[in-house]
Amino acid sequence: MKNKFSLFIVIIFLSFCFVIFYKGLNTPNNYTPKVNEKKNIPTFKAKDFYSDNYINSDKIFEESTFYIVNIWASWCVPCRAEHPLLMQLSKNQSIKLIGLNYRDNFNNAKKFIDDFGNPYSRILIDKDGTLGVEFGAYGVPETFLIDRKKFIIKKFVGPINQEIVNEIKSIIK
Amino acid sequence: MKILKIFILLFLVTNFSELRSDEINDVLKNKILKNIRCLICQGQSVYDSESEFASSIKLIVDRKINEGLKEKQIYEFLREKYGNWVIFDPQLNKNTYVLWLLPLLLFLFGGAIIYKKTISSKK
Repeated sequence: MKNKFSLFIVIIFLSFCFVIFYKGLNTPNNYTPKVNEKKNIPTFKAKDFYSDNYINSDKIFEESTFYIVNIWASWCVPCRAEHPLLMQLSKNQSIKLIGLNYRDNFNNAKKFIDDFGNPYSRILIDKDGTLGVEFGAYGVPETFLIDRKKFIIKKFVGPINQEIVNEIKSIIK
Repeated sequence: MKILKIFILLFLVTNFSELRSDEINDVLKNKILKNIRCLICQGQSVYDSESEFASSIKLIVDRKINEGLKEKQIYEFLREKYGNWVIFDPQLNKNTYVLWLLPLLLFLFGGAIIYKKTISSKK
């Protein structure tokens, strides 16, 4: 009886280990921060791309408008891929796009905008990447959707695609 | 001459204390950076990493220390931005109860078995 009980315990333990390790094999081991948590937009001061003046975040984000904050750089290849989609989104009247130029050279960034078009109503300079950290970003490109109450309601890591654009459009309707 | 000596002494004392506060900040900064996980090269701490993310975090931590934030407040700031995983030393909360309590339970369970065995062998 005692032996049977020990065997049962061992089998349960081994099955438990098997399930844990099997699940571990199937889950990606790269951590991505949670993307669907509603957060307040950070308060910050940033340099404007064209005027070189510093602007406060509360002057950038007005109430009763949806915003998209897009982190981009001229050296970032996926940013080129998502750029036509940002141009498409910029035509929508109920949303404003804010670009965060991440660790970039001004001339290269300007050439990028001149060549591919400017979807942004304002571009901010993030020379050392610290502004990206304030938003909770850790790479480029990243896109944040901000609602009318100034909450970050969605975060998209990596280049956006048509599916994401449709999702954004359905939210801002 | 006496006044000159006093001036030299004051100069040395003020410089020494400045150096000390810088050193204290550096020690704190390194301690914090060693406890933050780099999200780009995920096996490394921000202290060891040379990635762009790591260099931005290094600047942020430096800035926060200079603003007078305490170690816990800096961790809290980063936790709010990137979640619990960004800190190597996990906090005790509902998601980490098993992580913290399982070793203790196993220890108690093992201890109980050893105790039982010794008692029965004495008999």
